[in-house]
Amino acid sequence: MDIYLLEAVINGLLLGGVLALLALGLNLIFGVVDVVWIAYADLVMCGMYGVYWLHAYYGWPLWAACAVSIVAVAALGLLVHLMIIAPVLRAAPINQLLATGGLLFFLQSFATLLFGTDFRNIGVRLPIIELGDVYISYARLLAFGMALAGAIALYLFLKRTFLGTAIRAISQDREIMGLMGVDQRTIYLVTSGVGGALAGLSACLLALQYDVHPFIGNTFGPLIFMICVLGGLGNMIGGFIAAFIMSQIISIGGYYSSTELSYVLAFTLFIVLMLVRPQGIFAR
Amino acid sequence: MLSLAAVSAGYGSFRALFEVSLEVEAGEAVGVIGPNGAGKTTMMRVISGLVPLMAGEMRLDNRSLAGLPAHRIVEQGIAHVPENRRLFPRLTVEDNLRIGAFIPQARAHIVAQLAWVYDLFPPLKERREQLAGTLSGGEQQMCAIGRALMSRPKLLLMDEPSAGLAPLVVAQVFELVQRIRAEGLTVLIVEQNVRQVLEVVDRAYLLEVGRIRLAGSSAELKHNDLIRRSYMGL
Repeated sequence: MDIYLLEAVINGLLLGGVLALLALGLNLIFGVVDVVWIAYADLVMCGMYGVYWLHAYYGWPLWAACAVSIVAVAALGLLVHLMIIAPVLRAAPINQLLATGGLLFFLQSFATLLFGTDFRNIGVRLPIIELGDVYISYARLLAFGMALAGAIALYLFLKRTFLGTAIRAISQDREIMGLMGVDQRTIYLVTSGVGGALAGLSACLLALQYDVHPFIGNTFGPLIFMICVLGGLGNMIGGFIAAFIMSQIISIGGYYSSTELSYVLAFTLFIVLMLVRPQGIFAR
Repeated sequence: MLSLAAVSAGYGSFRALFEVSLEVEAGEAVGVIGPNGAGKTTMMRVISGLVPLMAGEMRLDNRSLAGLPAHRIVEQGIAHVPENRRLFPRLTVEDNLRIGAFIPQARAHIVAQLAWVYDLFPPLKERREQLAGTLSGGEQQMCAIGRALMSRPKLLLMDEPSAGLAPLVVAQVFELVQRIRAEGLTVLIVEQNVRQVLEVVDRAYLLEVGRIRLAGSSAELKHNDLIRRSYMGL
């Protein structure tokens, strides 16, 4: 096999890791709360700024900056639910979308106010690993590993804990959760916090590879949505797999042509699939 | 143990219950019978907290339950087996049971609770890893009852446990009710199958169009003309 193609496949896999993590977070929140957080990618942006601020500006060690950022974005998730989602839970879906859309603009504008529109880099240089003739970015490998760890942790949480089981249950029959002794509001809050934590973890992993600026959410936000819709909105496993499908298309497409055209290819395929099977590949 | 006094309730501008009063003493099995749309399910939902009271009083062991949300009423010791089972279809049997023990006082004893429920319903133990949506009707009813029992209730509310089940399975379900009673639980059953339910309860109420029309021991009701004509086809 052509060595550059192999590299593209591997890179596609590694890129898919973080995308999958974000898809898991978005699907988790949608499956439970039944509201799509349009501003989800911008929570990631906030987390990236958190890592930049604490590490590059204040000089904290990287692991500490990341740990605090994850907790901070989880807290941000709680705040988003309490202040923005909870009031519109019973409103028309369009109003819910507008509310989270408004949050998107708010976060981006606020970040611009605080940091300006420059691209900031956290200044961490990780090596390139050489495996035979294949060059792999260590940052990307680390991000993939951590994303996978995050996904496994999420799986264990959902499968083995009471709260996790309640989260799985509420998306199947919301009304009778009260009869189980479960306060729906608690589940919504926990889910929002976990979704925020996943965004925070993704932020740390992305900060290792990319510069942060207020509008970075726009670069992968739409992609995450498409991945979730492709996999069946609310379907955690579907989103996970769809993330790797899309990332492979982008990576291999980029190998055969250019990066821009590879995105065009990915999105075209998405449109075609939506025409053929609008509920998503893995929808029940 | 449970007392409803002049309870009125409904949905928005639609009133389903009008000044309903009933009592359930500890250790009893009480039935509520009546036609479709009489308000039997609404009454169950008022007791378990899914539907708010519009008027009247509701007490458990002399403590008022008015205004309590459903998840708090479970903590007070009332468990509701909903109409149509309402299991979580894509969770396993065991996960369905475990979620029934969500409240702290049940969680602390979950191992014992699971053992007890599996002992009562051996088929559930065999199928513990099976997805609840793939169970047969009778097995689903067992799972739904088991799930309610996981919260260690004092009072078990059962909403039409025989609905949608084959006659042989219906007999098995009512046999289960006897077994649950033998474990010391108090049971309030809403049923359309009048003949069968009057065999397992001590007393019963007739609910028609949101009002209590008749009340008495199951022996009395079995010999009542109205009941025999309208509900037992005799």
